[in-house]
Amino acid sequence: MLLRLENRGEISRAMVYASPFIAVVLTLIAGVFLFAILGVNPVDAILSFFVTPISTLDGFAELFVKGTPLVLIGVGLSFGFQANVWNIGAEGQLTVGALAGGGLALLFFESESLFLLPAMVIAGTLGGMAWAAIPAFLKTRYNTNEILTSLMLVYVALLLLSYLIHGPWKDPEGQNFPESRLFPDAGILPVMIETTRMHAGWLFALAAVATGWILIARHIIGFQIRVTGMAPMAASFAGFKEKKIIWITLLMSGGAAGLAGMIEVSGPIQQIVPNISPGYGFTAIIVAFLGRLHPVGVLFAGLLMALTYLGGENAQIEMNLPNAVTGVFQGMLLFFLLAADVLIKYRVKFGGAKTSSTAAAGEAG
Amino acid sequence: MTAPRLELKGVTKRYPGVVANNNVDLTVMPGEIHALLGENGAGKSTLVKFIYGVQRADAGWMKWEGREVEIPNPKAARDLGIGMVFQHFSLFDAMTVEENIALGISAELAKGDLNSRIKEISASYGLLLDPDRYVHTLSVGERQRIEVVRCLLQSPKLLIMDEPTSVLTPQEVEELFKTLRRLSGEGVSILYISHKLQEIKELCHTATIMRMGEVVDDCDPAEETARSMAEMMMGKNLVSPERPEGIETGAPQLVVRNLDMESSDHHGVDLHGISFEVRSGEILGIAGIAGNGQTELMDVLSGEVLVDDDDSIIIGDKTVGGAGPVERRAAGMSFVPEERLGHGAVAEMTLWENAFLSGATRKDLLKSGFIQINKSSKYASEIVEQFKVKTPGVLNAANSLSGGNLQKFIFGREILQDPSVIVVLQPTWGVDAGSAAAIRQSLLDLAADGAAVLVISQDLEELFEVADRIAVICEGRLSKSWPPDEITVDEIGLLMAGIEVDPAGAAHDSEAGGHAA
Repeated sequence: MLLRLENRGEISRAMVYASPFIAVVLTLIAGVFLFAILGVNPVDAILSFFVTPISTLDGFAELFVKGTPLVLIGVGLSFGFQANVWNIGAEGQLTVGALAGGGLALLFFESESLFLLPAMVIAGTLGGMAWAAIPAFLKTRYNTNEILTSLMLVYVALLLLSYLIHGPWKDPEGQNFPESRLFPDAGILPVMIETTRMHAGWLFALAAVATGWILIARHIIGFQIRVTGMAPMAASFAGFKEKKIIWITLLMSGGAAGLAGMIEVSGPIQQIVPNISPGYGFTAIIVAFLGRLHPVGVLFAGLLMALTYLGGENAQIEMNLPNAVTGVFQGMLLFFLLAADVLIKYRVKFGGAKTSSTAAAGEAG
Repeated sequence: MTAPRLELKGVTKRYPGVVANNNVDLTVMPGEIHALLGENGAGKSTLVKFIYGVQRADAGWMKWEGREVEIPNPKAARDLGIGMVFQHFSLFDAMTVEENIALGISAELAKGDLNSRIKEISASYGLLLDPDRYVHTLSVGERQRIEVVRCLLQSPKLLIMDEPTSVLTPQEVEELFKTLRRLSGEGVSILYISHKLQEIKELCHTATIMRMGEVVDDCDPAEETARSMAEMMMGKNLVSPERPEGIETGAPQLVVRNLDMESSDHHGVDLHGISFEVRSGEILGIAGIAGNGQTELMDVLSGEVLVDDDDSIIIGDKTVGGAGPVERRAAGMSFVPEERLGHGAVAEMTLWENAFLSGATRKDLLKSGFIQINKSSKYASEIVEQFKVKTPGVLNAANSLSGGNLQKFIFGREILQDPSVIVVLQPTWGVDAGSAAAIRQSLLDLAADGAAVLVISQDLEELFEVADRIAVICEGRLSKSWPPDEITVDEIGLLMAGIEVDPAGAAHDSEAGGHAA
């Protein structure tokens, strides 16, 4: 018996929105089995992974700390993904944004100016944009694949970070640790809830969601992005320029990632360190898809993924589980989501390959 | 009285929300050429898929030579002696004719000297075909012959042909008809699906007419007129397009001079020295077989592909060779591309969004970067109302409309922008007769209102119906143009096949027709 996929024809709208929830439930069920195999009490593990981390105010606030970069980058990426522009290098753009924004704080480390923070915001955004401009240029000029170029530039960015904190930007009073000096107060994002780490960066994430929503639903840019993604020929019929869309989407996602990087160093970290991000730039890809490439969906997906980071850390501390559990959960979530999406489009049929090919030929006629 | 070759009784097939076939009866006698006639969506394809074993029916039975049979898959159908030539060929370009045929038949049949059997069949039925040629070197007509020969190798008793002439020149159509008549004479039944009424009158012995999934009538095509059959097919009195009287042509609105274009696509056709002009109030028709540069010409005219020489295309008094679609629309041009879904409209988007797609500038639907949703919806409703588009509302997605309705919507969208020039490619391709008539009428009306209209079409009947002048495109070169009463279908056929003719002199030379064979 062979399995084959048969097109369902019409796609159920309800299922498109239900599939992220189905994926979450399946991930939890698979998680129960996974923990059982590891010899851990599954109920305890699930509680420690998904509930305990947000049972305190601190923990709850932490959800937004982790959610900020995920939502910000996820919204940015969702634009590109809708237009079939695949920026996989948000992690690199985040790093360069952190360096550009953070660099400014280090340059003016004695500043008390109110303008330092806004300047860092702009510098961070521009830094991410500049990094994303490289794949945009290469794609529009030489037709290179942006998946490869943006991904490879991640490693260049990480090496640049490593060079700077081991060399020119190393804290002169830091006992040779590969870290920059601490940012001045004027370069640190204000905390929103006293005693927690939740900082003003979350407002940027919310602003990105709101702007993104308006852009995609009402603005010509969003319209062009959607048409380009759904029907490239119709886009060219309408006179939308493909190269312009490539530039816009890469710059938007790069800018959002750069801003997220700057927020990370200016908010929770407050200096430049070797590991700025635990892979936010990559996780945001899952966030974008889990959120159905819609800004509001991305908001919720971003918070859910933030929870997997917190849960991973907590499970490591409480249950002595390896930190890789976070990655496993994120991977399972994406896997189940993609599987659910395939099943929305196709139904599985059992049957020999021989008849299926002739049947397919028949349907063409 | 002999038993029918094929008899269907009460065949019913339901899809979610639609009854594709409702209680359909059909009887095909041995040696009969039987037409299955109906608009798009009338249920012809569903019925044929049932006969060929591609699909199961929900109710009803089928008798084959007096014996009740069930056909679970196409192989079983072939084993019984049913062959089918699909509208879209499934051939591999990089393989030879023989290899392609071998792939499509059973292993036993493919054994032995297939090559000489192909030659034998192609010779005896006048289907010229060299088994060693590669498919990519063949014309569409020749490719169709591969499919026909493939069926004939299996000595079928019933041959199903789905819209076989849509890709052929008039001469090729004649050749195909000879073959089909010959097969019919040998006792092979032929089920012939078409919407070209003239052909059915010429070829078929009986016609079964379907409408909305049901058989509405059987008739003898020889005793009917094309008009009466069209009316049976549509269930109402057909209004054929009327050419408004006394139109004066004005100044040239679209001028193309020595247009050269190298196709960026490997399999594309380069355009060479194309020149023509269309005056206001005039309809120029461009005939040609598919794949002779029509798409490329369309792309160049719409500005989706730009040319270096800005002067080679002039709209009104603006040179636009290097200007994109937005500028050309601003200059007064509208276009209707061939593909409705994915080119002229975005399948998943709503009708109002699709109205916005090309109407944004000329209809002023954009305000400082923001889409005027209310205004766009109003515009879409206006299109739906004026062009009688059947849809529950403008919030429905484009792909929820039938082909004919979507085409009417797209035409309405372009026409309501008051273009001074409109260029349309295959305006009624795959569109039901009712919508096709409405679309042709709208082109005539538009010209009467002073627009310059360019119609690029493979449908000669259509061009003769609407065009004031007809030119032919072949291998990227455009012929001169002639008024329809100064050129015959045969001469156009020769031009389509790339044979030089001079209608002024050769119009009465009966030998000219013979060369195409």
